[in-house]
This record gives sequence, C-alpha cells and structure tokens, in this order.
Amino acid sequence: MQVTSSVRQPLVTGGKTYHDVTHDVSRQVEGKPSKLWYMAFLTAASVLALGSIALLTTLWEGIGIWGLNKTVGWAWDITNFVWWVGIGHAGTLISAVLLLFRQKWRTSINRAAEAMTIFAVICAAMFPVIHMGRPWVGAYWALPLPNTYGSLWVNFNSPLLWDVFAISTYFSVSLVFWYIGLIPDFATIRDRATGLRRKIYGALSFGWDGAAKTWMRYESVSLILAGLATPLVLSVHTIVSFDFATSVIPGWHTTIFPPYFVAGAIFSGFAMVLTLMIITRKVYKLEDYITIGHIELMNIVIIITGSIVGIAYITEFFIAWYSGVDAEQYAFINRATGPYWWAYWSMMTCNVISPQLFWIKKIRTSIVATFLLSLVVNIGMWFERFVIIVTSLHRDYLPSSWAMFYPSWADVGVYLFTFGVFFTFFFLFAKFFPVINMAEVKSVLKSTSEKAHK
Amino acid sequence: MERDTHFILGVYVDENVLLHAVEKVRGSGVKIHEVYSPYPVHGLEHALGYKRSKLPIAAFLFGMLGTSLALTMQFYMMKFDWPMIIGGKNYAAFPDFVPVSFEMTVLLAAFGMVGVFLITSNLKPWAQPRIFDVRSTDDKHIMAIDLANNTSLKEDKIKSILTSSGATEVNRKSFE
Repeated sequence: MQVTSSVRQPLVTGGKTYHDVTHDVSRQVEGKPSKLWYMAFLTAASVLALGSIALLTTLWEGIGIWGLNKTVGWAWDITNFVWWVGIGHAGTLISAVLLLFRQKWRTSINRAAEAMTIFAVICAAMFPVIHMGRPWVGAYWALPLPNTYGSLWVNFNSPLLWDVFAISTYFSVSLVFWYIGLIPDFATIRDRATGLRRKIYGALSFGWDGAAKTWMRYESVSLILAGLATPLVLSVHTIVSFDFATSVIPGWHTTIFPPYFVAGAIFSGFAMVLTLMIITRKVYKLEDYITIGHIELMNIVIIITGSIVGIAYITEFFIAWYSGVDAEQYAFINRATGPYWWAYWSMMTCNVISPQLFWIKKIRTSIVATFLLSLVVNIGMWFERFVIIVTSLHRDYLPSSWAMFYPSWADVGVYLFTFGVFFTFFFLFAKFFPVINMAEVKSVLKSTSEKAHK
Repeated sequence: MERDTHFILGVYVDENVLLHAVEKVRGSGVKIHEVYSPYPVHGLEHALGYKRSKLPIAAFLFGMLGTSLALTMQFYMMKFDWPMIIGGKNYAAFPDFVPVSFEMTVLLAAFGMVGVFLITSNLKPWAQPRIFDVRSTDDKHIMAIDLANNTSLKEDKIKSILTSSGATEVNRKSFE
C-alpha cells in the first residue's frame, strides 16, 4: 500500500474514478476530432508543405544556397540541430529521471513529453543529414562500413561521429521506452473498441492482457530503461557539446560546456513541454490531470535550470578573463559588445532574467504568464546556440577574413520545415494515441487523489 | 485450443481488498491461474508468489555484449585494419572510444532486455490474448481460477471463497 504525505497537493483533481481516467483519455482517440484540431493540423501541414520547398531546393541546388560563407561555415543548421536535441531532453528527464526519483507527478505528462522528445530528435537529426549536401551517400560517411564501400573507416576520434552514435541510440531507446509505456493503454482502447479500430489497436497493443506476471516484468523493464536512459540523456547533450568543446576555436574550447549544455537542454525542453501541455490540456479538457500544480512544478525546474545556465554564462566570462588568453577574452567581449550584441542580449534577457519571474508564486501558477514565458525561453535558447556558434566563428584568426552571417530564405525555410514536421507529428499523436498514460495515472490515483487526503 | 477450458472469475474493485483476497484464496488451497489488472498493483507479485524477474540480468549481459562489440570494432578499425595518424593521437586512442562504447552499451542493453521481455511475455502484434473480462484494462481487477487445476474443490466452494474474500462479482467464463 502506498502512503502519501497529506501536505502534498492531490495530483489528479475532480474526484476522478478509474473509469473516468479511461474515459477522459480514450474519448480523444475514439471521437471525431474537433474543428480546433483540424485547424491546428492543417496549419502544421501547410508549414510542412511550405518548408519542403526550401528543403527540396536545398537538396537540388546544394547547401550553397544557405547563408554560409567561408568564415561562418556552420550557422543555422547546427543551431537548429542543437536547439531541437535540447528540446528533446525534457521528455527523457520527465520519464526516466523523475521515475528514478519517484516523482509521481510525472505520470500525467510523461506520455506527451516523450512523444515530444521523439519528434524533436527526428527534427534535430534532419540537419546533420541535410547539411551533408548529398544525404543519399551520407551512410558511407557516417556509418562504420568497410573500406570497399568507397571511403576509409569512419573516424572514431571525431565528436561528430560520437554524435551519430549518441543521437541514433537516444532516438531508438526513447522510442522503445515510449512504446513499452503505450502498450497497456493501447490494450485499454482495444477493449473499448469494435471492428477495424479493435483490430488496429489490438495489433498495436501486442496482445497485452494485464496479467500480474507481465506487469511485474513491465515494471522491471521500465525501471531499467529509466536507469539506462538517465545517463544516456546526459551523455547525448554532453557529446553534442563536444562538437564545440573539443575544437580549438576561442569561445568553443571550454570545459564547462557539457554540464552547461545539459542544463540548457532541460531548460528549453521544459519550456517546450509547457507550451505543448498548456495547449493540449485546454483543447482536450484535461485540466484535472495536468493541474496548476504540475505547471508550477515544471516552472520550478525552469527556474533551477535557467539559473544554472545563467551562472554558466557568467562563469564563461570569468574564465575568459582569468585564463589570460587574449583570443578567448576577445571572443567574449565581442559577443556582448560586437556586431551580434543584440543576439547576446536577447539570450541574456530571455534565458537569465525572464525565468527569474517564476520566483513569484502568482506568475508561476498563472497559465497565461507560463505560456508566454515558455515561448520566451525557447526563443532565448535558440539565440544561445546562435550566439555560441556564429559569434565564435565570424571573427576569424585573420581580420581580413572577418565576416557576418545572414540567413538566406532557404535557411529559414528548412527551419520552418522542421517545425512543420514536429507539429504535424504531434497533432497526429494527440489524435490517435492516448495523450496521458492511463495505466500510470491509475496506479497513483488512489494514493494521491483528493479522497485519499480526507 | 484442444479442449474447452472453464474459469471462475472474481471481480475486485479495490487494490487493497485484492491483495488480501489473493492471500486468502491461496490460503484456502485454491490455485490462482492469474490476476489481470488495469495498472501495476504493488505487492501483487509477492502475494501470488512470483519469483523476481530475471530481466535485469538480461539487460546486464546485453550491455556487456554492447561494450565488447564497440571496443572490438573501434580497436580493430583504428589500430589494426587501417591505422592512420589523426590529430597526432595514438592509433588506439582509448579515451576517444569511450563515448561510442557507452552508447553501444546502452543500445544493446535496452534492445536486448526489451526483446527478452516481449518474447517471454508473448507480446507480439499478431498475438490473440484470452480476454477474461474487458473491464480488466479499465477499472477492475480480475482473478481467474482454472477449474482444471482445482479438481479437488467443488465449483460452488470456489465461488463462495471468492465472494467471502471481497469479490464484487463472481462469474464463469469458458473458452473453446
């Protein structure tokens, strides 16, 4: 029997019974989608179609149509890559790290957050693939294939190759973790359905019957997957930061990058989870499951990780000064006062100053304020990557090579394309999959409902 | 199935009643076929006397396999098959091989363990489960008792044991 302290807020409000949980979540899958859903889906699909023009042009013409030049050889593509990967991290944090810490409030949000992880990682992975110019031969460069396939073995000393392994492992393990959690809920939908839907969800549920022995194994699998996913998620953004940290570019050659990138990833990921969950709970009327309490807890994570990121920004400056290396000092002064000062100060305002508003209880329990600040954080985190990447490159070692980076329409278009992919996938998920993990919510319902507190 | 099978089903609403009921029913000498629940009930596996799952061992072994494969692959390619000087590093630059080895460990441990889980639990897209009561994936716990395994007890006796243990309904279900 589980006992929860009476000082804790109930996780599910509205006096829901087990059957209510089943009904409230399954009806989204069973019913016809609302007008609002069609509008949202069509908007996302249009963005996808529009962005695919830029993507196809890039593939046809080559990446020469991007805004890159000989000084700034990496800009929007890698910025977007890091941004999307970072967003993905919140899903794994919620499903794996909070499981290990036995935070029961994760049960209402883990399903959608994990879905977000998977779609964000798909979007992220597109950029390294597209930027190869000829993605169809990319397998020869990225996978350890024998020399007879045209090139030498891949270089295991390169952080870019570590990324190939890290991102693909992260994607596939997250997908498996997510799917294992979906199996019992697909079975619930199967048992409510008839006809074709019963057949489809029957196949998706892998013949789940809820036997005690299977549940025992399921719990064991979840716990170990969480134990594996926790170091995995930390390693992924660490390796992403190695793309920069193992180089010798002033502004990138920094040992603080791994923890700083991981904190930033969780920070931006929680912001995206909030953006999506605030919309989902409203559209699907799930206010009793994703309560203000959940939003407040996520906002607290945002204050903590936002403050870690803020300290990291300041530490970088201190270390640049303390190192006594002129190039390093110049790189940082140039960030704050050079031609990209506006990007730097957008980053500082959005990431360091605005999340501090969440110290005020009224703001962190306000849905409107949380929604707006979640957008601000996502903008800020995009600028963070842009600042790190572009300002470190645009002042080359030779002043004659100094240059500015201006995005072309194709840069913007490919970024839009990934937004289209992300939201199209998310809306399809929200329609056809149970957006809340019913089985896990039921398992905490009794010990944490309002009734249990009486 | 070759022969007809007949089950007595006890329907339980509350998980705590269920836990005591399982002990009581087993204590009266009735062999429980299985209990079906909409969510994991903690302590149920102990009450039913199930042994701890060996899946962690599978995960560990697959993880070790991943580490060894990754290290073998990297040392073979970089040191023996086609040695090249990259950035003045050793051919066998062990620290550089750590990230890929770690990722392969996690990948194989996760996939291996999940594979074993799916196989041992007979979970596959074309599986046709025996569904005793559709409410077992909604809000009820269903205790199934196979009459063929409890020939020493009369059917009515089993039914009364279930009712007295707190079952809200007692049903009979047969499969062909």
